[in-house]
Amino acid sequence: MPEPTPPPRQNLDPTVFGRIVAGLGHSGAIGTRYIAHGADWAELALDYRDDLVGDPASGVLASGPIIALMDIATSISVWIRRGAFMPQATLDLRIDYLRAATPGRSVIGRGECYRLTRRVAFVRGQAHDGDPADPIAHVAGTFMMTNEA
Amino acid sequence: MGVTEGTMLELPPYARFLGVSAERDDEAALLFRMPFGETVVGRPGFLHGGAIAGLLELAAVGTLRDALADEPGASVKPINVTVDFMRGGRERDTFAAARITRLGARIANVEAFAWQEDRDRLIASARMNLMVRRA
Repeated sequence: MPEPTPPPRQNLDPTVFGRIVAGLGHSGAIGTRYIAHGADWAELALDYRDDLVGDPASGVLASGPIIALMDIATSISVWIRRGAFMPQATLDLRIDYLRAATPGRSVIGRGECYRLTRRVAFVRGQAHDGDPADPIAHVAGTFMMTNEA
Repeated sequence: MGVTEGTMLELPPYARFLGVSAERDDEAALLFRMPFGETVVGRPGFLHGGAIAGLLELAAVGTLRDALADEPGASVKPINVTVDFMRGGRERDTFAAARITRLGARIANVEAFAWQEDRDRLIASARMNLMVRRA
């Protein structure tokens, strides 16, 4: 994508911003960590933890923390693409659980904003636990801007 | 752990992390409750969508496991979930319940609903498809 001229906001540093958002409230409680970003994507990690397990017999992480990770990663991707931290809310999010995450491994979630309009942002993403070519989950969703009339 | 009248529903560690508990309502249907707190907050003053989605999934999976309680060895595994968010969740208890649309031999379709002060004003809902493995 060509660089918009002038950029909407110069003061959004996604690296700093991603670290802050990943550490707040529910994101911080499940332990998401900022990893990397590009012009329209953000990558976060979720480390394996016993208290996030959904099935004690197998030790597999619950699906809830994975959907939260992807909600956060896609949400940051929207702010990065928009170039500004605008209030937004998740409208819907669909997640396909391709396979169970391997117990003990960190989950890496990459969210991408592939289409941005004034009121709605369209996102997609994938999560893996070590090999991006063997993903554990795929997501698609939309966010709506909450300050638009 | 959700202690219920007659039967127990065992909730996973993730449910304890969220503070989710389960009880039975007057019609013996499972009712899930998640208190507000720092663990589930999103933007200031609001619940995080991820925590709401987590509660909905716990309600869907818990209700399905409860329906399979008389089949020893039966297990369930999520295939996918679609969550719709209708309203922001505020700083108070959130409730959730689920309805099994169809329980087949291999697949179950479950709907889950979340609300706060008024059950008719949903804050979110989910449709979940799960694989059922019978012993």
